[in-house]
Amino acid sequence: MIPDDRLYTAQHEWLKVEDGEAVLGITDFAQQELGDVVFVELPEAGQEFAAGAEIGAIESVKAVAEIFTPVAGAVEAVNAGLEDAPELVNEDPYGGGWLVRLCLGQEEMPDDLMTAADYEARLAG
Amino acid sequence: MQRTVLYGRHAESGARFVPFAGYEMPIQYEGVLAEHRAVRERAGMFDVSHMGEIRVRGPRAQPLLQRLTPNDVAALDPFRAQYSAFLTGRGTFVDDLLVYCLDSEDYLLVVNAASRARDLELLETAAAEEGEGVRVDDRSDATALIAVQGPRAADIVADVVGAEAADLRYYSFLRQDAARRMVSRTGYTGEDGFEIYTPPERAEDLWDELLARGRDVGLAPAGLGARDTLRLEAGMMLCGQDIDEETTPVEAGLSWIVKWKKGDFVGRDALVRQREDGCRHRLVGFEVEGRGIARHGHRLTVRDVPGCAGPVTSGAFAPTLGRAVGIARLDCGDGGPPAPGSAACVEVRGREIDCRIVKLPFYRRPKQGA
Repeated sequence: MIPDDRLYTAQHEWLKVEDGEAVLGITDFAQQELGDVVFVELPEAGQEFAAGAEIGAIESVKAVAEIFTPVAGAVEAVNAGLEDAPELVNEDPYGGGWLVRLCLGQEEMPDDLMTAADYEARLAG
Repeated sequence: MQRTVLYGRHAESGARFVPFAGYEMPIQYEGVLAEHRAVRERAGMFDVSHMGEIRVRGPRAQPLLQRLTPNDVAALDPFRAQYSAFLTGRGTFVDDLLVYCLDSEDYLLVVNAASRARDLELLETAAAEEGEGVRVDDRSDATALIAVQGPRAADIVADVVGAEAADLRYYSFLRQDAARRMVSRTGYTGEDGFEIYTPPERAEDLWDELLARGRDVGLAPAGLGARDTLRLEAGMMLCGQDIDEETTPVEAGLSWIVKWKKGDFVGRDALVRQREDGCRHRLVGFEVEGRGIARHGHRLTVRDVPGCAGPVTSGAFAPTLGRAVGIARLDCGDGGPPAPGSAACVEVRGREIDCRIVKLPFYRRPKQGA
C-alpha cells in the first residue's frame, strides 16, 4: 500500500508536508530496487538546500542512490537512528526509515509532485 | 542476451536479473546480505553456467599450455586443478582461469565468460602452430556449472552426487562418467565448496535435488551480488575489474601462479624484469575506517607516502566484517607498496573518508573443528 497522506516524486521519494515542515523519505519501490541498505549519508541540521539539490546518499550493498530534495528548505532534523540501523530504510520506508525533516521556505511547492494514486499509476505503467 | 539453462529456475525463485558478460544472470534472490550470510554460515548455491569451458587435448596439449600459461601444467597430476592465467607479451592479464588435468594429454580450462572468445582465439592460434598435436574444443554451451559453497556444502553435495565428493581435497576433482559430470572442490567465495560441471539437459534436475537436500540445513540460492561480496572478502581478484590488460600477476600479488623455473612462457620476460626491478603499480587491500563505502572508480590516497595513490578497482560493504573494504591499484612510484597499517583516505562525494591499508584476504574461514 502506498500511503495517501503524502506526495511523491518521479525519483521515488515521498514528501509529507505539515505546518511548514516536510519529512522526506524513499518509497517502498525505491528500497526494493536498491536492495539491502548498509549506509545512509545525511546532511547536517541547519544546512539549507535549493529545490532539486543533492542532500545525501543511500548506499546498498550493490549500489548508491543520491537523495535529492524536491523542495527548498533548511534541515531541521535527520533520522539519527539510521546511523546504527540503516536497514530501517528497507524495513519501514514510510515510517522509521524516514531521512530528513526540512523547514520549508516561502517558495511555492513544485507542481510535479504526485498524489499516491498518481504514483501508483506511474509504477503500474 | 543469452540465458543459462537454469534461467527458469531463477525466475521462479523471484530472482532479479542483470546483464553480465552477455548473459542475463541472477544478481539476487532474497537479498545480497541474506545470501552472503547463508554461504558463510550454512551454504549457498550459484548458477555460474555462463563461465567458459574449453577442452585442450592431444600429445602436444601440455607443451602448448605450458607455453601459454605462467603456472606449471607439468606439475599437475590427473584429477587436480590449478589457478592460472593467459597473459599478454607484456605479462598482463588476458584472463584468469582454472586448468583441470584429466590426464597428461587432456585438459579442461575454465575461463571467464567475458574473455571466452579471446581465450579461444589465443588457444586456436597456438594450436594451429602445433599442427595435429592439439585439439581445442569450446565446450561452454554444452556445459552447465553449479557451485555449492559454505560449511555445509560437503554434506549436501555428498548426499546428492555421492559420498566420494566429501573425500576430495581442495583443488581436486572427480569424474562421474554415467552422469557425465565433474565435481571439483573449488570455488570463489573463501568457503569450503564444490563446483559441479554437468550437461545442460541435467542441470535443472541437479539444481532441484541440491536445493531439496539443502533445505534442512538452510541452503539458499545466491546471485552474483553475494558472489562479488564473498570473493572480495576472500581477497580474490575479479578479472576485467581488479586484474586486466594493464595488470601483471606480480603487481596483483599473484606471483605464486608464476613458476619461474619451468621454462619460457608468454609474458615471462616482462615478469622477470618486474621481479628484479620492482614494479610501480600494486594492487592492495584497504579497509574503510570512516563512515562510507569506497566504490569502483573512487581514488585511494596513501597519506604517509607522498604521491602514492590510485583508483579503487573493487569496493563494497563487507557483510561478514560489518564495514566497507576494497582493492585499489596504486601507483607507488619507486617506493614499493605501502606497508599494511598505512593510513590512507578515499574521496567519496567530495568528502575524505579515512582508510587503512591491510593485507589480503580480509576474511579467512575458521579452521574446521576449531
